[in-house]
Amino acid sequence: MGCGVTKTSEFNRKFDKDGNVIPAAITMKAAVLIQRWYRQYAARMEVRRRYTWNIFQSMEYADLQDQIKLYNFLGYLMDNFTPPSSERNLISHIFRENEVCRDAEWERYFSYTNIDVPDIYSGPRLTFPLDMDQAADLVEAFKKKQQLHSRYVLQLLLETWKLLKVLPNINRVSTCHSKEITICGDLHGQLEDLLLIFYKNGMPSLEKPYVFNGDYVDRGKDSIEILLILFAFLLVFPGDVYLNRGNHEDHIINLRYGFTKEVLNKYKLHGKRILKLLQKIFSWLPLVTVIDQRVLIVHGGISDTTNLALIARVDRHRYVSALRPPKKKTPSRTNVYADSERYDEMIICKNRRGSLTFPKPFGARESFQRRSLQDFSRAVARTLEEEFEVRRRQGEFSLSSFSKSHRILSSAVSSDSEPESSEFTDTSNEEWKQILDLLWSDPMSHDGCIPNEVRGGGCYWGPDVTEGFLNRHNLQLIIRSHECKQDGYEFCHNRKVLTLFSASNYYEVGSNRGAFVRLGPDLVPYFVQYQATSMTRGLSFPQNVKRTEHTALKVLREQLFVHKSDLLSAFQEIDKENTGLICLNEWASAIERVLHLDLPWRVLHPQLVSSTTDGRLDYHGWFRDLALKKPSSEHIEQTMLETLYRHRSTLETIFRIVDTDNSGLITFEDFRQTLKLLSAYLKMEISDEVINKLVISTDTNNDGSIDIDEFMEAFRLVDKSRLERGKSLLKLMQDNQETESPQPVYSTAPQTSQCPASQPADPPASNTTDSACSQTANPPALQTADSPGSLAEDCPASQTEDLCHISVVVPPQ
Amino acid sequence: MKYEQEEQVMSGLSGDARRVKSLCFVKFAEILLLESIITETQKRISNAFDVFDHECNKTVDVREIGTIILSLGCFPSEAELHDIIAELEDEEPAGFVRYEKFLPTMTKILLEHKFRPITEDLLLQAFKVLDPQKNGHLEPEELTKYLTQEGESFTQEEIDEMLSAAVDPDKNVILYKDFVSMMTFDDTR
Repeated sequence: MGCGVTKTSEFNRKFDKDGNVIPAAITMKAAVLIQRWYRQYAARMEVRRRYTWNIFQSMEYADLQDQIKLYNFLGYLMDNFTPPSSERNLISHIFRENEVCRDAEWERYFSYTNIDVPDIYSGPRLTFPLDMDQAADLVEAFKKKQQLHSRYVLQLLLETWKLLKVLPNINRVSTCHSKEITICGDLHGQLEDLLLIFYKNGMPSLEKPYVFNGDYVDRGKDSIEILLILFAFLLVFPGDVYLNRGNHEDHIINLRYGFTKEVLNKYKLHGKRILKLLQKIFSWLPLVTVIDQRVLIVHGGISDTTNLALIARVDRHRYVSALRPPKKKTPSRTNVYADSERYDEMIICKNRRGSLTFPKPFGARESFQRRSLQDFSRAVARTLEEEFEVRRRQGEFSLSSFSKSHRILSSAVSSDSEPESSEFTDTSNEEWKQILDLLWSDPMSHDGCIPNEVRGGGCYWGPDVTEGFLNRHNLQLIIRSHECKQDGYEFCHNRKVLTLFSASNYYEVGSNRGAFVRLGPDLVPYFVQYQATSMTRGLSFPQNVKRTEHTALKVLREQLFVHKSDLLSAFQEIDKENTGLICLNEWASAIERVLHLDLPWRVLHPQLVSSTTDGRLDYHGWFRDLALKKPSSEHIEQTMLETLYRHRSTLETIFRIVDTDNSGLITFEDFRQTLKLLSAYLKMEISDEVINKLVISTDTNNDGSIDIDEFMEAFRLVDKSRLERGKSLLKLMQDNQETESPQPVYSTAPQTSQCPASQPADPPASNTTDSACSQTANPPALQTADSPGSLAEDCPASQTEDLCHISVVVPPQ
Repeated sequence: MKYEQEEQVMSGLSGDARRVKSLCFVKFAEILLLESIITETQKRISNAFDVFDHECNKTVDVREIGTIILSLGCFPSEAELHDIIAELEDEEPAGFVRYEKFLPTMTKILLEHKFRPITEDLLLQAFKVLDPQKNGHLEPEELTKYLTQEGESFTQEEIDEMLSAAVDPDKNVILYKDFVSMMTFDDTR
């Protein structure tokens, strides 16, 4: 195309039907008009894309916070009380710490030699030591959706464990021999993305070293496959494959975010042992990688106290989980946490329904770093002291002498190779904080370093901290992951910090690209972006935006619905005259007060509110429009429903842990205990009567046990607005040859005797997934949040034989 | 309440005085109306600003200003946009624009209706100009040439984006009438 000066009218002269020339000025005007209009449209799309993104992120963080709070509460119970044995068993299920064992004993526990591989097994049969061909075969097998037999899984994991134990905390890599090093960010169980990276960049080898920066598991459905592939390559090329630990390489986090469930489902017989072994392996993963002594690669980031010399010295395997910090062993056994009396500053906002939210900030930074994640629970416990008093009097919890509980603790200290239980001191707290900072921190744009209360661990660090850190350690760049970026990567802090994220379509199909980076001896990053699913092909940019937006809004509407009681009281406080109407501004501020999601509600309101009269909203009608309860859940009282709904993922996780034989059923007793624990945590009375009602309504088998899936079904909400809007979206999609099933499908309620006669207008449909549009091959946390009953396992495998949208970007210096 | 008071006052006045009074009254009402329009406008500006205020500290990256202005319903030319940004960026060397600065500028722009909107009809006419043979459609290459070479040229990314939404996959042409109505419908959704 010519790019000369006179490029306009000469080439683009137009003629009308009669052969007359259209004046160039007019065509130019027309072009300008179209351009201006389109740019405006694109800007509006961008705004929508942005706030959709904000929604996903704030939901993700809120979700994570909830989870951490609850687990810490349970940990607190475990540490400070000796509940009756049944409850203790339940809690200890959740926190089964490693018993103190010698290595030899562990070897026996993880032994695979007794596991027979049947002849009909058609998957890979590994022989050790592994070689390159076997690794490649493994990739092929997973591509074909095969599953590796548990015998080989255990064997491979054992070999990995052995290797990891001799690796240092800090991997040191060199680009000499003109080797380019490839670095990948979060994968989160999305096998398609790993396959795409290998396809585009080649598999790891002597000539092709790789660094993987953590978060291999959770959320996606192929976490174990990714691990097996990475470990296989690690074993074959130990000098050319480097793995960093991410914050999701943590067994407690895994309980919530899907990895544990995935393993137990895929390996019904040996899943527990596999998970145990992985727990150890995760703790033995190196913490950071340094390239040419110039570039630091770490999963989360740094803080102003990050000290690589210290990091190099720690016993990293002692820090098994971010949610279980090292215990302090004090001579006086009266109080387990000697420095715990700092929660005076913490104020707990109690709202009527007892859902505990924590205000920001958390007080002085020093005290925060000591308290860390564990301290949430202490603050919780403080307000529950009265509750416990009551219960103690009722004899439900026995506040035994602390020495007794302490004995339980000391036997629960995690330490696999050291025979004597380690002397934990201030050092271990300091070390633990260092590790937490490495794995959980996020960069911010202002100077300084503040605790990362959104995540609950690590900190937010500013450009000055980066400067200082790089100077102190003579480095020039920090490459980290941990945060999803729309384009797969993003620079900040004056291009001294690079965030790299390799899981495309993380929130939703089309939500973001993934990227990996190559570094040669010149240490100039070369990026490759991609988006790994065939679904995005054929979808234009606006369609992508709308689709993603749709999912985000759906989740948001659910959140609004489950906070109905709180919202209602907030509205009624404003609407003192009880007109049933509220103006939009007040609507927005009330929502923000209740949900604390920090979203631009006024921008969102057209999407969440269908109609207003004179700029005022009929809030009762609005609630009705938001969502419908499923018929089977109608007998559950509203506030109860809301509470349980809010914590349903946790509830489900605990149920599944308790379901030790993975039958999908739990006993009444366990169910009851779980709900009682939850009620203590929420400071909310869940009476036996209510529990019994719940039990009866869901025990459709009438056999004294509860089907977990069925129970969780009760908490799925019907998206009414989708029913109505489905049509226009549908047409749009159909016009573009979407292959999804057109009708949103909802399961009809299990027919119980309590089912009310008049049902809401549910289209009768097959019993499966919710909105077909949002159900993709990569259901992230979002998916678990909105449809607990139907999980990743139920999704059809994505058709990703054709990989697409690979673009290459070389950023300017 | 004010109205009733006015009524009472008015009934006790002579014709001329009444006229003057009612003029004042009208002005007063206009001012009230204007005030509420200003407040509404400013709220819209504030909301749009918030979407891009990632750090929640009332600043946005200067590179996002264009998007914000456009999203508020304006159709400035590229040159005009540059001018606005230059004005906002004055004294802000850090590459950020503060809300205190943005609000008055933007309010003025919106209230003065500085940039006339582009209606569906006008847009259709524009497309028709480019299709004088009245085929009812445009070839992607044609449109690309126009939009990337004439007027306020599109970047490659912009034209790619637009084509992905505009081109009919079967016939590989742009049925601009459908395109325009689809886009307009989307926007108002």
